[in-house]
Amino acid sequence: MNVLRYFARSPAAMFGLVLLGCIIGFALFADVLYPKNPLGLAGRPLQWPDLTSRFLLGTDASGRDIAAQLVHGARTTLIMAGVSTVIAIAIGIVIGAIAGFYGGWVDNLLMRITEAFQTLPNFILLLVLVVVVGSTMTSVTLAIGVVSWPPVARLTRAEFLSLRSREFVQACRAIGLRNRWIIFREILPNALPPIIVYGSVVMALAILLESSLAFLELSDPNVASWGNLIGHGRKVLRSEWYVAAIPGGAILLTILAVNLVGQGLNDALNPRLRNR
Amino acid sequence: MLILQLAVKRLMSSIPTLLILLVGLFLLLQLAPGDTVDALIAQLGGGSAETAEELRRYYGLDGSTMARLLDYLWRLVRLDLGFSAIYDKPVATVIFERLPVTLLLMVLSLSFAFIMGMLLGIISARKVNGWLDTILSLLGMVFYATPAFWLGLMSIVIFSIRLGWLPPGGYYDILAGNTGLAHVWDVTRHMLQPTVTLALIYMAIYLRIMRASMLEVSTLDFVRTARAKGLSRNQIIRHHILRNALLPMITIMGLQAGAILGGSVVIESVFSLPGIGKLAYESVIQRDLNMLLGIVFVSALMVIVVNFVVDLIYAYLDPRITSEKV
Repeated sequence: MNVLRYFARSPAAMFGLVLLGCIIGFALFADVLYPKNPLGLAGRPLQWPDLTSRFLLGTDASGRDIAAQLVHGARTTLIMAGVSTVIAIAIGIVIGAIAGFYGGWVDNLLMRITEAFQTLPNFILLLVLVVVVGSTMTSVTLAIGVVSWPPVARLTRAEFLSLRSREFVQACRAIGLRNRWIIFREILPNALPPIIVYGSVVMALAILLESSLAFLELSDPNVASWGNLIGHGRKVLRSEWYVAAIPGGAILLTILAVNLVGQGLNDALNPRLRNR
Repeated sequence: MLILQLAVKRLMSSIPTLLILLVGLFLLLQLAPGDTVDALIAQLGGGSAETAEELRRYYGLDGSTMARLLDYLWRLVRLDLGFSAIYDKPVATVIFERLPVTLLLMVLSLSFAFIMGMLLGIISARKVNGWLDTILSLLGMVFYATPAFWLGLMSIVIFSIRLGWLPPGGYYDILAGNTGLAHVWDVTRHMLQPTVTLALIYMAIYLRIMRASMLEVSTLDFVRTARAKGLSRNQIIRHHILRNALLPMITIMGLQAGAILGGSVVIESVFSLPGIGKLAYESVIQRDLNMLLGIVFVSALMVIVVNFVVDLIYAYLDPRITSEKV
């Protein structure tokens, strides 16, 4: 309860939460707001945004409604970024927990693999993965999860290293609990708060990775996505710059909201910062 | 000398990491649907199965996976990255032609982000929670949340299309045929937008780290002592706080080198710069797997070298490191 109160005290965090709530709302009610296929022909192409017309935010070069693509794109972005964040955190926790708990050669090996992943810029690694698994929504989501776990693993490992010799763990060993139980039921809940906060960073990066990939036309072309829309808008940038500008603004606001919520959680969960 | 020893030891330990990475990706790419020969035949407009078979033999694409992996690694030892069927040139040649552009973009934007982030971070930390600090934090947050490719496009709209001040893309004006200083000026004009775009996004991180680290260091005892000696505020910042506050910045620089390289893929595509980022993108589209592996190898090497340099700078700034046992 205290955590929530500290969270609510920060205006920036609350602003982020409200913003994120709005975006989630749009994503949830996309089918109600725009029941038609957002990628279908809606009207004359390249109509400028006009709040009094049928197309609030105008149409793109193929005559598709930008507002409809924006709302459905919110759903795509949140699903892809959300699921890939969960994948990244799951892989990161398992690898980091095993490395930190057992130490020795297991730790050495796992950390070498983590380092190998981190030596390569994750966007380039993502390109390589996309070549292999293809550009469907599922495969891209998976690929983003697979390139994003190393920092989570390092964080989890650091937490486990500091927790594994505490008294409560020794007590667990003394009463003969199995290692798996100690790792996931005893240590992990104590290590979880910073990992969850870090999840907001992973999610913000996942949104960036997905939209960059879609912008380069390497993500799924069959779903409405903000990155795709910017990629299409680039071709008419000279005169109809709003096609690229609008979805970019949506990406910016979403990442900003995720970052603000993450920072608010961090400040609320970190007792040392509370009284500042 | 001890510094160098330590850094070289770190450098050596990155060799097995590089090996794991390359073997892993080589095996992974074997699973990719379609190879260079498929792409080549598609470019030719179709061909018989026999031609494909012959081409595969010519480019060494037949034979077992294991044999090809060993062959690949043995060639890497001799710094031979293989042959690109698409460009009809050795991979290494194409990459080295493209490398200068990417290096220029990386060095310029990294230094710009570092220096601006440092200065603004110091300004922020001097008056914590003042109006300037609030505005800078806010701007930093917004830029941090901005997708690089979008910022680049909007910058093109404003500075190239509306105002017509800067060229919208390219490395230099080929038709102008400039030489000497005129050429340098031409390249500068072309590089300005991509550099600033990339730098603005990474600057936010440096600003935040610098501010936090200045605040952290200024609470330490030796700063209080310096103040008690009667030193002025600027003297304390310059001689006592700055050197210590820079350490986390250097660490972040090492971590960011890879991210900036990844960011250059998108930025080079936006501004049509002929660097290795754009090359990576093109080789994905063209299924030029040899080229892609070559780029992976070179980017990993670049990240390792940057971290080596960062280790050296770190040791120079923090005298405690050298006194520790290696």
